[in-house]
Amino acid sequence: MAAVIDVQGVVKRFGSTIALDGLDLQVEAGEVHAFLGPNGAGKTTTLRVLLGQLRIDAGHMTLLGRDPWADAVELHKDLAYVPGEVNLWPQLSGGEVIDLLGRLRGGLDPKRRQRYVDLFELDPTKKARTYSKGNRQKVALVAALASDVPLLLLDEPTSGLDPLMDARFRQCMHEYRETGGTVLLSSHILSEAEALSDRVTIIRSGRAMESGSLAQLRHLARTKVVATVERMPDALAELPGVHEVTVDGQQVSCQVDPAGMPALLSVLADAGVQALSSQQPTLEEVFLRHYQGGEDG
Amino acid sequence: MADSFAGTGALVRLALRRDRLLLTLWILGFAGMAGFSAAATVGLYPDEGSRVQAAEIVNATGALVALYGPVYDPTSVGALSLFKLTAFGAAITAVLFVFVVIRHTRAEEEAGRLELLGAGRLGRLAALSAALIVAFGASLVLGVASAGSLIAAGLPVAGSFAFGLGWAFTGIAFASLAGVTAQVTTGARAGRSLALIAVAVAYALRAVGDVASGGGNWLSWLSPIGWMQQVRAYAGDRWWVLLLPTAMAAVCVPVAMVLRSRRDLGAGLLTDRAGPSQGKLSSVSGLAWRLQRTVLISWAVGFAAFGFLLGSISDSVTGFLDSPQAAEYLQKLGGTDALADAFLAAELAIMGVLVAAYGIEAASRLHGEEEDGHAEVLLATSVSRGRWAASHLVIALMGVAGVLFVGGLAVGLGAWVATGDAGQVGALAVAALSKVPAAWVLTGLLFLLFGWLPRAVPVIWGVFAVAVVVGEFGPLWDAPQWVMNLSPFVHSPGLPAPNASLVGLVPLTLTAVVLLGLGFVGWRRRDLTTP
Repeated sequence: MAAVIDVQGVVKRFGSTIALDGLDLQVEAGEVHAFLGPNGAGKTTTLRVLLGQLRIDAGHMTLLGRDPWADAVELHKDLAYVPGEVNLWPQLSGGEVIDLLGRLRGGLDPKRRQRYVDLFELDPTKKARTYSKGNRQKVALVAALASDVPLLLLDEPTSGLDPLMDARFRQCMHEYRETGGTVLLSSHILSEAEALSDRVTIIRSGRAMESGSLAQLRHLARTKVVATVERMPDALAELPGVHEVTVDGQQVSCQVDPAGMPALLSVLADAGVQALSSQQPTLEEVFLRHYQGGEDG
Repeated sequence: MADSFAGTGALVRLALRRDRLLLTLWILGFAGMAGFSAAATVGLYPDEGSRVQAAEIVNATGALVALYGPVYDPTSVGALSLFKLTAFGAAITAVLFVFVVIRHTRAEEEAGRLELLGAGRLGRLAALSAALIVAFGASLVLGVASAGSLIAAGLPVAGSFAFGLGWAFTGIAFASLAGVTAQVTTGARAGRSLALIAVAVAYALRAVGDVASGGGNWLSWLSPIGWMQQVRAYAGDRWWVLLLPTAMAAVCVPVAMVLRSRRDLGAGLLTDRAGPSQGKLSSVSGLAWRLQRTVLISWAVGFAAFGFLLGSISDSVTGFLDSPQAAEYLQKLGGTDALADAFLAAELAIMGVLVAAYGIEAASRLHGEEEDGHAEVLLATSVSRGRWAASHLVIALMGVAGVLFVGGLAVGLGAWVATGDAGQVGALAVAALSKVPAAWVLTGLLFLLFGWLPRAVPVIWGVFAVAVVVGEFGPLWDAPQWVMNLSPFVHSPGLPAPNASLVGLVPLTLTAVVLLGLGFVGWRRRDLTTP
């Protein structure tokens, strides 16, 4: 299937700050793609570039096969955006904002509008001035979900929602995917990414560190192996793909890349292994490795 | 009770940190303007005879008395030098400190920053107190600096202090009033507008009072700007008059504090009503109109009232001195060649300057909407940058024309009521429209800044101030013609004078069109700034 979003080597500078440093991102049609990264990694900048609100300095990108900057107005008929910080006109009611944004996007379905207003328990008669952060976010979510568009761009869409509303949001995402819609969702909440997304891109310092399904990402990370052996093997630390070897009496523990596993197991078997445990990396470990690491990630 | 003020000191430092450049420039501007005017007049009228003659011309010219107030002592060089700056300068001081107080009270509250600070050890009255302390302090510094500049220009010490403190206490009075209006409304914009309407009313009251009677009548005494005149700096130095603005502050400050103590953070006296659950807005132009209509209608109503008032006193404005010196002096003061219509022409010129401020304010909404993150939401829908910018620009440009038309019509109607001559109504409305292109130049300049250097947008107010000062005081200071030509207002035709040249309209309109066009080029290319 054609990529709905195709970003290749995009660079965006703000003065001397490099916000995007050769970013690559591919989102396929019909998938929910989570865009993960720590604060300041460039998630919001990427979304604004995709919306044609910022001009890129280098690289190439297409959105639904077109140029996000030059064709912004046409493209925006086919997408809805929920900003991370939803700012609304204080003197307008929530209902007025929903209808305005819907119409500016080319119309919204009154039945869907009503359904999502009810689902998120939003009072649309209140002035935006009086809404909490979560309620402002609901206004933007209802306006986005009630429009019949094939693509949603969501910037940390649940950051102001309570757990109940968060669950309803997840339900909406599943329904939206059933209808064939594509979602790019930025987040730093791992459980959200795990529950919602088909694929994940991890970004740090304006660069994509990893991209793939969750299973693939897990596979990329090292497995922790702890073994009790009869004789301590000498060459353990020299084995390719084996790291952080520590020895405590008869017990040895190490981290191993997926490729190094067969060689490690045969060495351990030769050493008379008596007990063996291995631990799949948690998603947290995958992320922490990318978030905390040095330049090489 | 002391707890209510906890943290005031920290907020004073914060306000000074944010405003240090702005306040310094304003204070230097006021002091410089006063000193320049004094030095220029001393040079122009070195002997008492020439001063008396000039002052008598001013006092006999109703237009000048209405707009600036009379010269209270024709023999005094100080009174003559500063008659143009007395009420006018007091009004600008008032506007400045209204802005300062609202900026540090209601605007901070609306932006949610006070909520963040309020969670610290901060008393309920700290923000209000800090804003008032900064405004009062800056008022006094402004007054003393201006006095110093006047003394340096060679004017008497006592009169210079009376004048400077007159400005300072006007600032204090209106800052206190803004402290009250900040509590009444939930929006900063509305609170500021209320206080600015009070400034405009005060200015109009003294205009009517001064024209009715040489020394001002009871209407002048109702106006805090009139008090500044009644101090009569260099013409008796009546210090006790300064008690009036002091009393006004002494009433307003406790009222503001009681209102603030009793209300919730973010709330006003008027609570928000529920809005419709379904909206009718379906376009960005509809949204822009919704956001701007209240301000536009207020300006139109204000211009209607101001115009009618001044039009209705135009018949009592008589006794133009028909001598060559009088004509020459009037020209130096920015009057026109044709003395017969000088009063009406001067009124329309003032309207032309004021409406430029409306044009800037209305077009500044673009900047505000972008800074507030509203543009981000709209431009993510199927709205082009051009259409969105046009939605606010059209209101600014057409609003300028509409407000001027209403003002001109009102002047004509006022004159009709007073003189029974209906013939002027149409002519005055058209004459008012001749001020449109000059205001558009400033709107265009704002849009140029918005398109290329959005962070520099507030600079437009400095440009506006310079254009006003050059237009008003350039002739008095004998400024070179090229400096004068920088102000768009100088090129507006002096209608309704019969021989006024319309030639200036062409370059003004062209300049406005070019500035707007260049602004669009920049706006279409640049990154959107986000909150």
